[in-house]
Amino acid sequence: MTVLSYRQALHDTLRAELQRDENVFLIGEEIGVFEGSYKITAGLLAEFGPHRVWDAPIAEEGFTGVAIGAAMMGLRPVVEIMTINFSLLAIDQIVNNAAKLRSVSGGQVSVPLVIRTPGGGGQQLSATHSQNLEAWYAHVPGLKVLAPATCADAKGLLTAAIRDDDPVLMLENLALYNTKGEVPDGEHVAEIGRAAVLKPGRDITIIGYSRAAIVALDVARKLEGDGISAEVVDLRSLRPLDRDTICASVRKTSRAVIVEDDWLSYGTGAELAATIQEGAFDYLDAPVRRVAAAEVPLPYAKPLEIAALPDAGAVTRVVRETLRGH
Amino acid sequence: MTDPAGTDMTREDPAILREYYRQMALIRAFELRAAEMYSRARIGGYCHLNLGEEATVTGLTAALKPEDYLFATYREHGYALARGADPGRVMAELFGRTDGLSGGRGGSMHLFDRENRLLGGYGIVGGQIPLATGAAFALAYKGERGPDAPAVMCLLGDGTTNIGAFHESLNLAALWHLPVVYVIVNNQLGMGTPVEAASAEPDLWKRGCAYRIPGQRVDGNDVLAVRDAARAALDRARTQRRPALLETVSYRLRGHSVVDPARYRTAEDTERVRREDPLPAFRGHLIAAGVLDDEAAARIGAEADKAVAAAVDFADASPAPGVSALFDCVYASPPPGMYRGLPGDPVTGGGQA
Ligand SMILES: Cc1ncc(C[n+]2csc(CCOP(=O)(O)OP(=O)(O)O)c2C)c(N)n1
Ligand SMILES: [Mg+2]
Repeated sequence: MTVLSYRQALHDTLRAELQRDENVFLIGEEIGVFEGSYKITAGLLAEFGPHRVWDAPIAEEGFTGVAIGAAMMGLRPVVEIMTINFSLLAIDQIVNNAAKLRSVSGGQVSVPLVIRTPGGGGQQLSATHSQNLEAWYAHVPGLKVLAPATCADAKGLLTAAIRDDDPVLMLENLALYNTKGEVPDGEHVAEIGRAAVLKPGRDITIIGYSRAAIVALDVARKLEGDGISAEVVDLRSLRPLDRDTICASVRKTSRAVIVEDDWLSYGTGAELAATIQEGAFDYLDAPVRRVAAAEVPLPYAKPLEIAALPDAGAVTRVVRETLRGH
Repeated sequence: MTDPAGTDMTREDPAILREYYRQMALIRAFELRAAEMYSRARIGGYCHLNLGEEATVTGLTAALKPEDYLFATYREHGYALARGADPGRVMAELFGRTDGLSGGRGGSMHLFDRENRLLGGYGIVGGQIPLATGAAFALAYKGERGPDAPAVMCLLGDGTTNIGAFHESLNLAALWHLPVVYVIVNNQLGMGTPVEAASAEPDLWKRGCAYRIPGQRVDGNDVLAVRDAARAALDRARTQRRPALLETVSYRLRGHSVVDPARYRTAEDTERVRREDPLPAFRGHLIAAGVLDDEAAARIGAEADKAVAAAVDFADASPAPGVSALFDCVYASPPPGMYRGLPGDPVTGGGQA
């Protein structure tokens, strides 16, 4: 194990996969000369050259589609879309092509593609640059959607995504890039579609993914001091969704709080709550509650932004309310 | 390209030339102050400056009539000022305060000033282009045409000519005879990417030819050349409903945004920054033409600094929006049952409303 930042773990993984398989190439805006908007690809153009690291013009629909076409031919493109907000320009290619080709070709064609893109608010980037749109993609059969919270998973899941034969959307998070954690040395391939219990507990289950899983973990650790034993489930993958792990945890604790950075209505938490009521209904001692973003285009002004986004305070409050049986 | 030194100043009204200089100086002072305020954490998020584009901003807005509409990018502080927005309200928006143009909701990338017909700054690359085309559609739809009819100006960056929306919009505007002038503000970089590395046709003004839209390139550091070219294109749009593509060439003096140290720049580039700075160049021309002297130039600079200091004071004094305003401005007719919960509030029988 080595302590690395989430950013470094992603970077090192891209580098290792570029070394391992010459069919792997990177494509995206500002990833080469500029070394990436968030510096995930720093140094890779210098090391691997422009044949492996492609700086694309601002043309998300075009270059994402190009990557899908290249993947149909057996290459393994890793697309960087600067933030998930800009993926909306490419969503037609992702949803109508990448997710569909295997099916409409009757299995003749596959799309071994990875799209890496960060979501997340909280940086005062305002309404169009702070969105959490992963549920849009998680809704679509044919795609896989991964959302690592830990630095180890940044490596393990990205490696798995690149080696997977299907289109994978890797949701990264602006707020996690600088976080640090232990990362296994050498080959580390995580299993796609398995949730992880980040902290075992007896009294309540807090479920999250990406940044929200880290918030959940922080809250659970603090509550420990008050004698509350919270279990934290990190989804790691939104599609496929590990319903067994979720339901097993709630059957044990009988209470669940979901933490999500997206908007409440029709968000990921809605799917989780539905899963829990179906898979653990008889075990529940309190309604399943969700802590999600307020339903507004995220305002720029700091006090409004803070109020609109889920934080540890809100999670703590809802956990306590749920334990009281509200 | 026209050479700034070659522009005949003697044909111009000296008062108007001084006004252009005043406006350029104000934009320069405002942007430098915005950068400083960012480093002091009074401004957050992204903050893109018009440094090096003062002549372009001033020339383009001088060509607009008050009735014309302007759609901008996220690099639009200067345009808001030049269109007549109060610097205090622009600064207050950057500070995220209630007296900001959008009440602190939009921030630097989304300056709207409906009264002055600035219909927005847009943060998603190319997002403004179909909208500007649609505004021109509405003008044509309403049947206004002729020398006094309003037209639309749509700004976009050099890098933005590669996005699909640009091409779709140009085609529609030409097909439907819409009164819109697309202006490519070529500052030679899109983030860290030079034009030649992003555009297969780096003569960007030629990119309209596939749509039979006339294109023209002008020196973006020459305020008069920019103004005259924009004016001619706008007039064609008003009277003949012919869209146009204008490319202004200038150079971005600093990084892409305040936080970009622009390390990808070479020493030669840095020298260019100094050489191609439009503000001292214009001052030099005005002094040479006898329109301005050192003393008057210094006075204009000092007044710009004063106006910006007042803008900062105004923004500072303006209150931050309270949480009770969080759900304002989401809908024009808010549905009665709209959920107004804060994170963690219950969905049923609860919420803030
Ligand atoms: C669809 C989309 N993709 C990427 C971005 C990130 N981005 C913001 S500005 C920019 C560069 C734009 O360059 P240019 O058009 O030359 O305008 P300039 O910033 O130079 O004024 C990029 C890539 C974005 N905002 N929207
Ligand atoms: Mg540019």
